[in-house]
This record gives sequence, structure tokens and C-alpha cells, in this order.
Amino acid sequence: MNNIDALKELLYKMADDQLIIGHRNSEWNGLGPILEEDIAFSSMAQDKMGQSEHLYNLLNQLGEADADTVAFTRNAPQFHCSHLVELPIGGYDFSLIRHFLFDFAEYLRFEALKTSAYQPLAQVAKKFFGEVKYHTMHANTWVYQLGHGNEESNGKMQESLNFAWDYALGMFEPGPAEEMLINENIFIGEEALQAKWLEVVIPLLEKSNLVIPEKSSWAPIYGGRTGNHTAHLQPLLSEMTEVYSIDPSADW
Amino acid sequence: MALEDKKRIESLDPRISRAHLSGGNHEDMTGLLHFQTYEVFHQNKRGAQHKHVGIVHAPNSDMALLYAKEQYARREQTANIWVAPSSCISATEYADDDIFTTTPEKLYRNPATYKVMDRIQAFKERGMTPSDEV
Repeated sequence: MNNIDALKELLYKMADDQLIIGHRNSEWNGLGPILEEDIAFSSMAQDKMGQSEHLYNLLNQLGEADADTVAFTRNAPQFHCSHLVELPIGGYDFSLIRHFLFDFAEYLRFEALKTSAYQPLAQVAKKFFGEVKYHTMHANTWVYQLGHGNEESNGKMQESLNFAWDYALGMFEPGPAEEMLINENIFIGEEALQAKWLEVVIPLLEKSNLVIPEKSSWAPIYGGRTGNHTAHLQPLLSEMTEVYSIDPSADW
Repeated sequence: MALEDKKRIESLDPRISRAHLSGGNHEDMTGLLHFQTYEVFHQNKRGAQHKHVGIVHAPNSDMALLYAKEQYARREQTANIWVAPSSCISATEYADDDIFTTTPEKLYRNPATYKVMDRIQAFKERGMTPSDEV
């Protein structure tokens, strides 16, 4: 694996995570708990899709197919997303916890990439930093609110956090040639990113009256980055690509 | 009616104010606890006035700010947003709107009546500032 391949691997996993969580979160469209939240959550889902398109365009510049082709013609084994983003939306408690765990990771990833030696990626990170910052504000405000709500809301959030935690750790599955990216100051690496993420999310979750699962029990769920996915991804892709499959030239 | 007698706007939630249609299986939600509304004020650039743009429903001001951003700033250039509980707003009564009716007749209050532009122009031509005259 040369450094271009290592860079592509980084871009693919970021873009695929964004596309899939964007699609998942858009499933709340029209079903959100109140109108304002429905609009906010759908708008953030759209943001995610927009971010993925920019990263697919960078991949296109590196010789991959165009954004629509890579987004709509691959099957599950060719996707690099983490298991966390594939899981069904569940209840709003789970969707909010996932939103919190994912978006703080993305925020810190973008923060690190703002100074990436690979300029096109640094520009994308700078461009979307404010957008992702709002996503973390939204997530944290909700988690705090429900963590402090009442016994029922706190209990539901805690249960979802317990369920999501190992999947969230799976976001930081180390890449096969990360050393090259680290040595060339393109990316700080998944291990360093996870350390920053833990430093940020643990105090925030504790402030929200939630308990972090016991460290000795942590068991990151890997596999997504190398194409081994949950059974939930392929049905999502089939639904997402339905129109494209009927007519690849369809414009909407 | 004195302004202090204003009734607090409890909620503009459509689940409460929507038409009560007969038939069907409508859950009565009027007795439930509903979010209050917040008035949203939008500023497009620093130094400009905040302008009232509408309302959001929210349980507290933090959530109201989150929603105000998405409802009123996602398509506009924005520098800053304020939110304030609707219940903090005092308003005149429409029944008393006759207190405003004489305004259009008081044209002498309109600054356009004062002929000062020629004097300002003269200042500019002389390259002076108003303080020079003092």
C-alpha cells in the first residue's frame, strides 16, 4: 500500500461514515419529536451528505469514479463505514447518543485535519468545521437535557450509551497504512484521535449524569473499515440507490 | 387595559390551538405540559439591528437557540441570534390602536420637512467638519 492508497482509505471511511449516517438520520424526517427538532435533525443529515460529496470529489481527483457512482453503485462489502453508523435509528434516545458519539469524533477529526499536509483535505475540514461544531452543540444540548430530565429519560439515554459504546470505539479502527499518513503529517492517526475523543466525551457525558461503561469491559467492534458489515447496511444501500438503479441519469 | 394585566402567552403549540374536529380518535393533548414559545431575533452582520423573525417552541433557552439557528439562519447570512420567552414580551392592545392614528397627520415631525441638505452640502464643499464651526 503506497501513501495514495492510505490517503484514499482515510477519505473513503470518512465519506462513507458521513453518507450512511446522513441517510440514517434522514429517516427521522417527518417523524421528529417536534417540528423544530425534525427540521434541525433533517438539516444536519443533509449537511452530512454534503460533506461526503466533497470527500468523494477529492477521491475523484485521486482517480476514483465520480461521487454519484461511488455513492450509488457499490455494495456493502465495498463500503468502509463503521458499524456505528449502519445501525437502525432505533428510538430517539439511541439516535441522539449515536449523533453525540459520532459528531464529537468527526469534530475532532476535522479539527486535526485543518492542519493536514494534504491541502485539499485541510480545506474541506476548514470549510465544514463550523457546520460540525453546530452538530456537536445540538447533540450535547440534547444529551444534557435528557440526562438531567427524569429517571425515565436518564435511563433510556444510559441504556443507549451502554449499547452504543463499543460500536463507537469501533470508529477508531486503525487503518492498514496509517504510519505513512502520520509521518507525512496528513492525519494524526486513529489511536491519537480516539484519545482526544475520550478526553472530550467522557467529561461531557458525566456532566449529563451518564455513566461511562467500565473500562475493563470495553471491546471495540471493528470490521466496517475492511468491508465486514452488519446485516443492516445492505438493505439501507438498496433503499438509498433505488432511484439510481432504475435510471442512473435521473436528475432531481 | 393596563400593560401589567397582559396575559402570559402560554404556548402557540398547534396541538392546543388546532381546530377541535368531531369524530376520529383524537388524543386530547390540552392538559399536557407543552413547551413555551421563544421569540427569535436575527442579526445579519455585526453592528446591525436584531430583527424579529418568528418563534420556536423549546423547553429552555439553550434549546431555543439551537432551533432558532436551524429555522431562521440556515439560509441567511447570520452574525448573531437572540431568543426571548414570548411571555417576556408586553404588547399594546389592537383595541387601542387608535392611539397611533394621529401620526400620519403630524408631517411636521417628519425630518424630510427640514431643509438642511444645502447646509450639509456647503460644509462638505468647504471641507469642514461640524466641530469646526463651534
